[in-house]
Amino acid sequence: MAAKYVGKRIKRTEDPRLIKGLAHYVDDVRLPDTLHVAFVRSIYAHARITSIDVTEALKAPGVVAVYTGKDIATTVGPVPCAAALPDLKIPDYRVLATGKALFVGHPIAAVVATDRYLARDAADLISVDYEELPVAVDVEASAKGGPVIHEQFGSNIAYTLTSGEGDIEAALKSADHIVTQRMVHQRLAPVAMEGRGVLARYFPGEEELTLWSSTQIPHLMRTQVALMIGLPENKLRVITPEVGGGFGSKLNVYAEEALLAWISIQLGKPVKWIESRRENMQATIHGRAQVGTVEVGCKNDGTITGLRYNVVADLGAYHQLLTPAIPTLTGLMLSGAYRIPAIQMNVTGVFTNKMSTDAYRGAGRPEATYVVERAMDIVAAELKIDPVEVRRKNFPAKTEFPFHTATGLDYDSGDYEAALDKALNLSGYAKLRAEQAKARAAGKLIGIGMSSYVEICALGPSQAMPAGGWESATVRIEPTGTVTVLTGASPHGQGQETSFAQIAADELGVDLNAVTVIHGDTAIVQYGIGTFGSRATAVGGTAVLIAIQKLKEKAAKIAAHVLRCEASSLAFEGGRYSRPSAAAASAVSEPDVAVGEAPAGALPEPDTEGRSTLTIQEIALIAHIAKELPPDTEPGLSATYFFEPKNFTFPFGTHICVVEIDKETGETKFLRYVAVDDCGKVINPLLVDGQIHGGIVQAIGQALYEEVVYDEQGQLVTGELMDYALPKASQMPWFELDRTETPSPVNPLGVKGVGEAGTIGATPAVVNAIVDALSPYGVKHLDMPARPEAVWKLITG
Amino acid sequence: MISAPFDYVRANTLDEALALLAQNEDAKILAGGHSLIPAMKLRLAMPPLLVDIGRIKDLSYIREDHGQIQIGAMTTHYQIESSDLLKKICPLLPECAGHIGDVQVRNKGTIGGSVAHSDPSGDWPAAIIALNAELVAVSKNGERLVKADDFFVDLMTTALEAGEILREIRINKSNDRTGQAYAKMHHPASGFAVVGVAANLTLDRNGGCEKASIGITGVSSKAYRALAVESALTGSALDEQKIANAAAHAADGVDINGDLFASEDYRRHLAQVFTKRAIAAATERAG
Amino acid sequence: MKQAISINVNEVDHRDEVEPRLLLVHYLRDLLGLTGTHVGCETSICGACTILVDGQAVKSCTMFAVQADGANITTIEGLATNGNLHPMQEGFWEKHGLQCGYCTPGMIIAATQLIDRNPNPSRDEIRHGLEGNLCRCTGYQHIVEAVEYAAKKKADL
Repeated sequence: MAAKYVGKRIKRTEDPRLIKGLAHYVDDVRLPDTLHVAFVRSIYAHARITSIDVTEALKAPGVVAVYTGKDIATTVGPVPCAAALPDLKIPDYRVLATGKALFVGHPIAAVVATDRYLARDAADLISVDYEELPVAVDVEASAKGGPVIHEQFGSNIAYTLTSGEGDIEAALKSADHIVTQRMVHQRLAPVAMEGRGVLARYFPGEEELTLWSSTQIPHLMRTQVALMIGLPENKLRVITPEVGGGFGSKLNVYAEEALLAWISIQLGKPVKWIESRRENMQATIHGRAQVGTVEVGCKNDGTITGLRYNVVADLGAYHQLLTPAIPTLTGLMLSGAYRIPAIQMNVTGVFTNKMSTDAYRGAGRPEATYVVERAMDIVAAELKIDPVEVRRKNFPAKTEFPFHTATGLDYDSGDYEAALDKALNLSGYAKLRAEQAKARAAGKLIGIGMSSYVEICALGPSQAMPAGGWESATVRIEPTGTVTVLTGASPHGQGQETSFAQIAADELGVDLNAVTVIHGDTAIVQYGIGTFGSRATAVGGTAVLIAIQKLKEKAAKIAAHVLRCEASSLAFEGGRYSRPSAAAASAVSEPDVAVGEAPAGALPEPDTEGRSTLTIQEIALIAHIAKELPPDTEPGLSATYFFEPKNFTFPFGTHICVVEIDKETGETKFLRYVAVDDCGKVINPLLVDGQIHGGIVQAIGQALYEEVVYDEQGQLVTGELMDYALPKASQMPWFELDRTETPSPVNPLGVKGVGEAGTIGATPAVVNAIVDALSPYGVKHLDMPARPEAVWKLITG
Repeated sequence: MISAPFDYVRANTLDEALALLAQNEDAKILAGGHSLIPAMKLRLAMPPLLVDIGRIKDLSYIREDHGQIQIGAMTTHYQIESSDLLKKICPLLPECAGHIGDVQVRNKGTIGGSVAHSDPSGDWPAAIIALNAELVAVSKNGERLVKADDFFVDLMTTALEAGEILREIRINKSNDRTGQAYAKMHHPASGFAVVGVAANLTLDRNGGCEKASIGITGVSSKAYRALAVESALTGSALDEQKIANAAAHAADGVDINGDLFASEDYRRHLAQVFTKRAIAAATERAG
Repeated sequence: MKQAISINVNEVDHRDEVEPRLLLVHYLRDLLGLTGTHVGCETSICGACTILVDGQAVKSCTMFAVQADGANITTIEGLATNGNLHPMQEGFWEKHGLQCGYCTPGMIIAATQLIDRNPNPSRDEIRHGLEGNLCRCTGYQHIVEAVEYAAKKKADL
């Protein structure tokens, strides 16, 4: 492929509509006669609902209907959980609470009115009588006993699982030192700037339903919602218009989506629900929420002999789509960037009276990276050697790939030392340490932290995924020569309308502007899996590439037929097929089919007489007019490919940051942030930088600011952005980025994925820096978020 | 996040607003709206009538009159932050304004609305106390002056009585040996003051502290004057040790708030740290 | 009781009868169909709903439509002139200052005021000037670069 576009910093084709304010998110889709839904949600974390009185609400102005649990108990199926684990307890999760409310924000009643203000007013008129029940809030306590949330299971334990390879007992026994550390991965809220939103429109005549939803997985949602409401899947169309961020929170099928679909069928009208931020904090999935203890065995020289991680995972009250599976991903990544002969994770998934946890950017892997990278620093401190050397000592060499880990994975490719060295150079590590020593002598608290991470991306082979791990693409060249790419991925900010067009334009030799990438409409796009797990480019982009290669096989056949030569003898260059003799004479004298120039009244007749070259766009016209096709050739020029990857990909890198702690207040300030990431081949460096920046900031959010807090009664303390602190521009450092490029052998593009790298790599770098800054006080660890008060307490002892 | 229904009247004059208030006991005054509207959207406040004083012409001004600074209640935070006059004659006000919320909030929010709301974490009350301001309250029955020390009564409660509107804030101009500073820890989410300390110091001709006035917000249910700090400062030259010793009294005798972000102990400590910083900065500026 | 309001939005006069409790952002979106202005947090923190009211950036989720009676409003839809992007819009495009795009209209509007008031801002001033606008995607660095681009472009005009 001639790389005119791939690898270049190309600005995004999706931006003009967004910067002009002309894009359409769900709430921007306007349909006449739309009814609006407001929810009554539980104000208690655990309570029996003894009665619901909707009489007054039904009489309120504009109210069309009110629904409660009894209306949907037998008509709408449960919220789905796709995770499969041995002996997993799966509670029946109805779209409106039936009998008991199990978390603050649990939907109890839905009011439908002609206007969203009136729906809100009427919700206040519904009176719910509760009988409060004892609550299970603390995850460790709930694992041991206390109030049982789902009585039928007898305890709050949803599952236990042991994973890993090697003899861990022997490995720890063979160690010269064993370090042990308890670590808390606090509960986080994804907080996509656009909350969730649903618009459902039923067509009673056609018996068809269209569902606009702010989701990352339109096709999986279609399948699941169709099952939940009993509508044939091919009568349901899911459209994801513009999606204002997801970060995993929209990799799900929620109660509201199925309920709105069902209500629209009941009422025969469009119905809309737009989540408020308060609802988003209460009833959109949270992430992380693990408490665990890591034990690492090491030799005197820093060689790691084994790692064990015992962890309880706070699942919340119910399973959403992948809830119980997320902590198992932690187990997969516990080898980090290192050779660790024996690894074991023992995980217990625990129900609590809180919103479900599920995939939040990184989804189980940030926890693993945090555990491993914190442990490397703790080992370094124990052995009094530089954290760089502990890491270097345990890296597999680049010649050892594919590298098998004791977590059962085969890392595809890597050169961890190269990324580390580049980061050390870029940061001037030796000089930084010298400056730190000087600053310390002057009484300043400067810390240097690093993290050498590996992450698992391009999810993934179907064997490893609950609902298929492939991705699809259809590529068409239209009669006029424009190229349409239909991808089963569902980008929502990642920029694949641009990066997939770059792949297509280069592969087809056409102008970037001739390519349009379409996604997020199940009526237009072939079945797809969606966008999550840093998979869209590695899996979906590969599907685009191979679909184009299939399309070109056919185009070449047609070209050979028209140019009267063997297909195998054709040259393809710059979007043009040439007969062998004509290749040298080139294309200068050959006419082009105009694309996107002055409007024309009719399709031109293909002029093939005496030609020695043809553009692929001319071939598309020939293929559609179908008068000059080789025998047994289907008309048209399109190809579809479903790409099944053979393995995950494993991006990696090293982040180094320098912080200064205010001794008096405990506040952390960044002095430097250096990130060297290797995400394989890069399609668009501008977009990759954007993903890294955004990922790091979310990681810093976890390290310093963010935490979803429930009090002892299970009340949500951080219920608004007044309380839940998202990183602000003024708090963030300037990022100094660089890359190494180790192609992945898993896909022909050589790409690995980058969506989660920053989030996974940066959190331990920041905490390691803070702990390093506090090391003069004998500090070995602190839990996140590193609020000033917590740091201050460590300083004052 | 939709407010309950209410009636709305835009007053064209102060008299009109006062008349409406007198007739409607539960009516609320709408100034910039940045405290009231969020509360209404959460339905924590459901006033039947809003009297909008946002367009009354004579309530938005910053002027100097016979050594007195007069600020209309409807003057926005941004107008104060960007006032060249105030930067010259009362820099504490623009400095404090610059710490409030964010640019959009400062464009719309007003000093009068904020002071009358008396949020325990609001920034203005600290400055108002440190500047020994006088507040002009007006009702149907006429005007009265309330001293800053008497104005902040309790959590979100001021000395304003039913039917009264805060019309003006008056501050006596200081001399050229005065130094002022505002030091604050911002809550990372809301931007409100975890602790905010306003210091207003006047040195004597020998560099000793002649007068010290310290207002503290964020620490307790209302902003307060740190009397023990003031008396520890007054009468001698201010060096680092002297300032630290005085600042140690920042939260003496005060009921301290504790929350998720800052416990009682930590907040007491922060009050001392930021008091020290505010005094140090003010001392330097006075010199 | 509904009240008559008259508001000029993006140089077009509008007259409507609205409930006093109607938020300005809902007036723009639901009555005028100007859906470029978004609602992100509803508590005056995130800035997605930022518009210019009489030239000043404000959060339209914390203002009732009746308060804007008689005002001149600019929303993201009104920023381009004669089909030409505003330098700030151009900057966001050139520097990849947006990903999902949801915070972008409010961010762009706030940034235009920032360079109006401070034509040559430092990076630190840009970051502080955008404290009232949250972005969950970009990590802000490309936004800072976008504002720098726009400031320079505006100075060159």
